[in-house]
Amino acid sequence: MSDLTRSTAADIAAALADGSTTSVEVTQQHLDRIGAVDDRIHAYLHVDAEGALATAADVDRRREAGESLHGLAGVPIAVKDVLTTTGLPTTCGSKMLEGWIPPYDSTVVAKLKAAGLPILGKTNMDEFAMGSSTEHSAYGPTRNPWDTDRIPGGSGGGSAAAVAAFEAPLAVGTDTGGSIRQPGAVTGTVGVKPTYGGVSRYGLVAMASSLDQAGPVTRTVLDAALLHEVIGGHDPRDSTSLNVPVPPVVAAARRADVAGLRIGVVTELGGEGFQPGVRQRFEESIELLAKAGAEIVEVSCPSFAHGLAAYYLVMPSEVSSNLAKFDAMRYGLRVAPEGIDGPSAEQVMAASRDAGFGDEVKRRIILGTYALSSGYYDAYYGSAQKVRTLIARDFEAAFEKVDVLASPTSPTVAWPLGEKLDDPLAMYAQDIATIPANLAGVPGISLPIGLSDGLPVGMQFLAPAMADDRLYNAGAALERFIAERDGRPFAAQAPELEVAR
Amino acid sequence: MSITATKLVPFDEALSRYQPVMGLEIHVELNTATKMFCGCPTEFGAEPNTQVCPVCLGLPGALPVVNAKAVESAIRMGLALNCQIAPWCRFARKNYFYPDMPKNFQTSQYDEPIAFDGFIDVDVDGETYRIDIERAHMEEDTGKSLHVGGSTGRIHGAEHSLLDYNRAGIPLIEIVTRTIEVPGDKAPAVARAFVNQIRDLMVALGVSDARMDQGSMRADVNLSLKPLGSDQLGTRTETKNVNSFRSVERAVRYEIGRHAAILDGGGSILQETRHFHESDGTTSAGRPKSDADDYRYFPEPDLAPVAPDPAWVEELRGTLPEPPAERRKRLQSEWGFSDLDMRDTVGAGALDLVVETIAAGAAPQAAKKWWLGELARTANEQGKDLPALPITPTQVAQIQGLIDAKRINDKLARQVFEGVLAGEGEPEEVVASRGLEVVSDDGALGDAVDRAIANDPDAAQKIRDGKQAAAGALIGFVMKEMRGQADAGRVRELILEKLS
Repeated sequence: MSDLTRSTAADIAAALADGSTTSVEVTQQHLDRIGAVDDRIHAYLHVDAEGALATAADVDRRREAGESLHGLAGVPIAVKDVLTTTGLPTTCGSKMLEGWIPPYDSTVVAKLKAAGLPILGKTNMDEFAMGSSTEHSAYGPTRNPWDTDRIPGGSGGGSAAAVAAFEAPLAVGTDTGGSIRQPGAVTGTVGVKPTYGGVSRYGLVAMASSLDQAGPVTRTVLDAALLHEVIGGHDPRDSTSLNVPVPPVVAAARRADVAGLRIGVVTELGGEGFQPGVRQRFEESIELLAKAGAEIVEVSCPSFAHGLAAYYLVMPSEVSSNLAKFDAMRYGLRVAPEGIDGPSAEQVMAASRDAGFGDEVKRRIILGTYALSSGYYDAYYGSAQKVRTLIARDFEAAFEKVDVLASPTSPTVAWPLGEKLDDPLAMYAQDIATIPANLAGVPGISLPIGLSDGLPVGMQFLAPAMADDRLYNAGAALERFIAERDGRPFAAQAPELEVAR
Repeated sequence: MSITATKLVPFDEALSRYQPVMGLEIHVELNTATKMFCGCPTEFGAEPNTQVCPVCLGLPGALPVVNAKAVESAIRMGLALNCQIAPWCRFARKNYFYPDMPKNFQTSQYDEPIAFDGFIDVDVDGETYRIDIERAHMEEDTGKSLHVGGSTGRIHGAEHSLLDYNRAGIPLIEIVTRTIEVPGDKAPAVARAFVNQIRDLMVALGVSDARMDQGSMRADVNLSLKPLGSDQLGTRTETKNVNSFRSVERAVRYEIGRHAAILDGGGSILQETRHFHESDGTTSAGRPKSDADDYRYFPEPDLAPVAPDPAWVEELRGTLPEPPAERRKRLQSEWGFSDLDMRDTVGAGALDLVVETIAAGAAPQAAKKWWLGELARTANEQGKDLPALPITPTQVAQIQGLIDAKRINDKLARQVFEGVLAGEGEPEEVVASRGLEVVSDDGALGDAVDRAIANDPDAAQKIRDGKQAAAGALIGFVMKEMRGQADAGRVRELILEKLS
């Protein structure tokens, strides 16, 4: 039996369709791989072998019975622990929700289930998706499969590492300021943040409602497109979900033709603060695209300079309100305050929030509470919203000149665990290139473009809202040029992990 | 409860020095079939925590979706209050921690209400007062806390609290007036008339049951005093838990007396919420409230803006009921009521009840007589509003029907009312079970008349002499003999026949 953990989701789907393997077989292989390497990676917070195999067996039975199945039916998947799953813990990487088992499925998970994808488990993340390294998980960090002494990015380091370590062919992540794309960049995987409203947020435990968006985490652009089609689309239970068809992302990924495509290189995203190795790989990629007939234009988006500052006002403001519900009254952690006999509800709330939330979460709640306070609202939240408008205008102006924008995804490659843990601002600066897309609601893709000092470098394309297909077209083309240059698919360069005995 | 009795300045005396300034906030629960942001039913009185879902429980990940019917009701209400309707508005989050609020923020509206800048006119003692409406906005209700173990049922002193989230997410409209400054002696009645008229409007619109006794309509009374002739607004208090029209009036009166006492003594009013106590008409301190209360409002990012199509708004305008003033004018002329009749009816909060009683077959004067007489007295004794009495307009009309059919008389009717109010059943059942039917059988009446004549030969002689007025004494005897259940008209005829 061949090792299907190294296959793309598209290839697994083809093998399932032609009967050369079964979903139970491919699911079991991934569970075995998890068992063999995850004690070193810690990509998963919960593994649901029983549930995944049950779904796999059901898909196999239905396939045998000749039922018409979804194209990805039987291909296993990992889900970030921020999306609710009936009967499976959903902790958001926080002690606050330790042991909480949601009574309902998020729409994304419901769609995965309807399409017959076995859910291998829930992946690790920075607590409530706050962080760029997954070190803020209350359950310990995830490690980067390329160098297990380094961070896998964040907040979705678990989903990215699971896919990079061949512990899942597909994963779902969420991206509020880069939490899909930055982990993708530093783990050598593909990550897509769809257009805001393109994928339902129902059941996505909110960090910042106006910025959060779930999307695919995979090893190839085509796999991302296939998953995007499963999870995308209008949801009447999410008022911010767009009532338009999913863009033709799979067709675009198959087209992969950049001849005549106008690509804008964003002046503000790639200069100072970006490592030379990152810039070099980026410039080489731009050359590959130019050689294939793309028209390369330099584009300035001056308001992007204020993106990080605006983000760190809007996001914490929404965080301070969204996380207020964790008060120990109805679910989750409840802690009695010490030394108080017969504590009031308010005292229990305070003690529980103190015990249940980590430092980064508390920091953002405090920041946001302050930013929304009477007397400060206009200067902080109000100004940040104006910056959002300016950034959206910069995008509009840029997309009049070009079809997609391009920049390095992250200023650096993966850094050693612990390096930035005591320097929040250095950590925040990692999202400088990814944040503008969230603030404006436009889609972005990150894909691996090579190595720097043996570590993956990622590059992102950004497109106008609901033109997600352009990302897949450009991304799949670049992916092919890189593979042709290297003589093998990028993922084939991933180091073998020593398998635990 | 305060330990020392609060001293009050008598109402008239307070008004000799101070001008009251009021502001009213009315919360109206909409009678939509489902909640504001989810599909849960809204039925009143269900088992606790049975009408809940991930959305109204605020479970992690759940998202709200606006109930279109609630928006429709809000717009119709706004139009009926002569408001402008916002062409585009948003919901906002009002952030504060309280266990009965599942998300620890209330989804409400802040600086972009659906309706604003309106007014309604209310009539008190023949004068019309225009009450300006600042805004009417949509929001969700909170859950309900039941504090167990304390003496007051309030959180202070309670051993534990129970939470029922059935009410969480029920659509509410909050109507906020601008400051109301009317002649001081009219202030309590104007406040009551305003709340009363809002209730009538809600019922006429069909958007709410507007039952103050069940909490589907709630009033907060803001009140401050300023020295007569001054432009300087005083510090206000906000009295909550005012659960009847009558209580609105009493709360205003009480707070005027209390504020005046404090101000006269050189003290200053503490800006706070007050709880109204139905039992003795007093208020007691709630929590301090300041203009600096910081709810950290910001636009609700989980909801799309509400942008009602102007054509739809105009269509809704076409569905409005007749404006109250015009309706009153029309009814007055239909019923042939004097200005005073009409004023009394409206003032007692009986207009809709009288309308319904007439619709059920009673004559206008009769309908008015019972609601403003016997029933108003009972309501007053029980500290209730008329609509809260356990009797329906149909039952009132039925009782009047029994009188019209001469099966009972007015005196017996009072006993029927008593029976119906006591829950003894429908009027017919009360008549039967209490044996209240008038006796008009000549045999039984004739015997009683004979005894009356024998008992009072002087009166009998006077009647024989042609002084018919003397019959009254004999009729009284018969009525007494028959315990009031005699047909008085027939008794009179029999007496005159026997003594002719």
